[in-house]
Amino acid sequence: MILHVPPPCLQTLLACVAAALLATPAVGVDPIVLEAEARRVEVIRAATDTAVAIFAGSSGGGSGVLITADGYALTNFHVVQPAGVAMTCGLADGRLYEAVLVGLDPTGDVALIKLLGRDDFPFATLADSDEVEVGDWCFAAGNPFLLATDLVPSISAGIVSGTHRYQFPAGTILEYADCLQVDAAINPGNSGGGLFDAAGQLIGVNGRASFEKRGRVNVGAGYAISANQLRNFLGCLRGGRLCDHATLGATVATAADGRVVVSDILETSDTWRQGLRYDDEIVSLAGRSVRTVNAFKNVLGTLPAGWQVPLVVRQGGRRQELLVRLARVHAAAELAAIVTAGAEQPEGAGPAAGESELPAAVRDLYEARPGFTNYHFNVVERDRVGRAIAAARGKAGKGPWVLAGQMEEGGEFRIEVSDSLAVIDLPTGTSELDAGGELDASPVPPGSGGLLAALVVWRRIVVEGPAAVGRTTYWGRAPRDPRGIDPAGGDSVDVLETVVAGVEARLAVDAGGRIVGVDLWTAADADPCEVRITAAADDKAGRPARLEVWRGSERFGTFLLETVDLGEAAP
Amino acid sequence: MIRLKLRLLLQLVVVGGGIAAVAAAAVADTPPQQVIAQAARKVVKLYGAGGLRSLEGYQSGILVSPDGVILTAASTVLDSEQIDCVLDDGRRYVARLVGVDPRRELAVLRIDATDLPAFPLAAADSVAPGTRVYALSNMFGVAVGDERVTVQRGVVAVVAPLEARRGAAEAPYRGDVYVLDCTTNNPGSPGGAVVDARGRLVGMLGKELRSTASGIWLNYALPVTELAAGSDAVLTGTAAAAIPVDATRLDPRIVGAVLVPDLLDRTPPFVESVDPGSAAARAGLRSDDLVIAVGGRSVSTRAAVEQALGGLAVGDPVRITVIRAGSLEEFDLGPRPPAGEQP
Repeated sequence: MILHVPPPCLQTLLACVAAALLATPAVGVDPIVLEAEARRVEVIRAATDTAVAIFAGSSGGGSGVLITADGYALTNFHVVQPAGVAMTCGLADGRLYEAVLVGLDPTGDVALIKLLGRDDFPFATLADSDEVEVGDWCFAAGNPFLLATDLVPSISAGIVSGTHRYQFPAGTILEYADCLQVDAAINPGNSGGGLFDAAGQLIGVNGRASFEKRGRVNVGAGYAISANQLRNFLGCLRGGRLCDHATLGATVATAADGRVVVSDILETSDTWRQGLRYDDEIVSLAGRSVRTVNAFKNVLGTLPAGWQVPLVVRQGGRRQELLVRLARVHAAAELAAIVTAGAEQPEGAGPAAGESELPAAVRDLYEARPGFTNYHFNVVERDRVGRAIAAARGKAGKGPWVLAGQMEEGGEFRIEVSDSLAVIDLPTGTSELDAGGELDASPVPPGSGGLLAALVVWRRIVVEGPAAVGRTTYWGRAPRDPRGIDPAGGDSVDVLETVVAGVEARLAVDAGGRIVGVDLWTAADADPCEVRITAAADDKAGRPARLEVWRGSERFGTFLLETVDLGEAAP
Repeated sequence: MIRLKLRLLLQLVVVGGGIAAVAAAAVADTPPQQVIAQAARKVVKLYGAGGLRSLEGYQSGILVSPDGVILTAASTVLDSEQIDCVLDDGRRYVARLVGVDPRRELAVLRIDATDLPAFPLAAADSVAPGTRVYALSNMFGVAVGDERVTVQRGVVAVVAPLEARRGAAEAPYRGDVYVLDCTTNNPGSPGGAVVDARGRLVGMLGKELRSTASGIWLNYALPVTELAAGSDAVLTGTAAAAIPVDATRLDPRIVGAVLVPDLLDRTPPFVESVDPGSAAARAGLRSDDLVIAVGGRSVSTRAAVEQALGGLAVGDPVRITVIRAGSLEEFDLGPRPPAGEQP
């Protein structure tokens, strides 16, 4: 049997040895043990194929892990920071691939890159890291000490030593919140590589370890960014943005009796407007209970700025459920400065500099723009969403949109929006807006925060397409229905951001290209007008059947649509 | 012939693997995650003195009786006016130092609580090299409040006498320890539990030590049989409840003298302040006094003061000699109090 050894491949040789052992049942090895071993070998082999060795020239390198067939790979910000926009990556197949930087989350120490040249890369699947238990078997695949000169990753196995760990920021950023702790060896160079569970699913990205007096080598405590945090930021990263982490605009502290309470709050913050006050006890955030300051930081650290999440507090003995919009931690320029600081660009201008020296394959895939890591990929994502909207548009046309029916609160309404004018008839009166002019002129109807402007933007995005309306960019992904309005809600949606005619709006677009929400600001530091658009449950075409309009914690009105004419008459 | 030998070797390997596998299958009744979760409930986080440079102010402990007896490593962390103890579920207690077994560097603490999950010491038994174990400790202080301590897995690599040192000093314990094959002994680890695959207590992680032979950091645990003997000795009063010379330093704060912070390699032992009403205040010690001898033993650094003081048995007279305004003065501060007592 040994004679049939195929040419030199260690894995095959090992497989043959294993097969030889399998063929000697006389020694009484329980077949379950052999099956488990064979399964483990297969799981590790599959994960090996997804491991990326990243070389950042003289400044070292690290690891990465492929998560899509078209070459998107996750790694650490601190791994790619010295490399700049273009880097060379190796896979276990022994080949080198050019790669381009796509998106950065400097605070979370995450970077998304894209390997070029194939659309059939082997890739790992993100698991639900909240399901990970202490004691679970796990393994890391990466490039410790940059040993992978043959591009085949090193594997180190261990168990999960801790979950939901909080690791204070190293320096000013690189906060590891809600991370996984493992005793699998995590050494310098493992940074950015995948942490896998027993089934070979990706549960995290390794990026940090406790190093103390014994030098920069593993001492039994490595930390991985959780898959769930990575998933939360993936939309933002794919959009080529410079992603930011979130703050409530408030700080919390442990009270003498152990409760987690608000110790300070900005009175200009959204959370203040939604009703958060000094000394409020934090009960839960984004659906996760908060019993320690660490737990609070853990939840907050996994959430991107801009998301709307539920916040439950106890205020003077009364339980209050708030819906808050998370603010940015950093000013955009501050983040850009952090990214630039460590980049090895002679001009000291960060990834934006040295564009002319980029390899040809990367040059067409990179566009510098303030606030973005790589604007090229924002256009890619915006156009993808634009195509979905166009496909879902159906007969919607350039003619005036007419929506009419009953208010759930009582009375009839009629809305008409054309290129030039938007008019709404409500039981309380009629309002109109010059749809061709500045949309922030008057936030009408009164009390809505700008409902007519929101409808104008909605119509223009559908009719003209995102690329043609003002300055429209891909914002990322967000929970579909934070207010819990839509019975079909729950998953996440793509979000477009548009700045047009004096207003700023974010439009939520579902997988079918339907716009399911519009948030529109006529002024900063004020509550936006939120329109939530739902279709009838039995309507496969997904035509709007109901609009719910909110401003902050106040519902402006619920519109039950009986007449829906999305300009079908016109071409 | 060579082929034959190789085959024999392979079969031996397989037999060995098979036995290990069968053994693993036999204890696999309870999933490891559950074994770990149950063991973790019996490990506590301890907070006391320290926080300077490489002297951590935290370590771990093991609950060995439902009414609050805790075993931990005797260390400077315990030289504190208050030792805080946080249980796995986040409950906080102030722990009292019952006593110390200086030979095993084992300390017994007590908290006022009942119905606690605990490891029974009565059934303590040794384990052989090759035993698979889990180590549970609050290494690096990474867990706070109700967060679970760190869990690592490893194997008892060898059972051997501890020949180790801390700095220049030899470790006082010369008996056998379990040397582990994973990096378990980190800052915060001392006092952590080592359990077998069924969750039974196998040993306690010791202080950070280096091998006298090789200088490498050791990963080891004091066997559970030694824990049982040591805690018996402390609880029955057969172990001196004192801390041995050169093993543990004692801050002169215990007699009310606050020295300048130990920030240099050789910090001169100036008195920074004197706690009002303390033995030092009553004797007449003042700030800016420079301590030059403790109990007639000459000292030139803050560390030496702490060591000299740590070398006095409880009840021994504390005599401190200082230089004040160019002249020598000697003060008698009365008997040395126990480490845990308020000054």
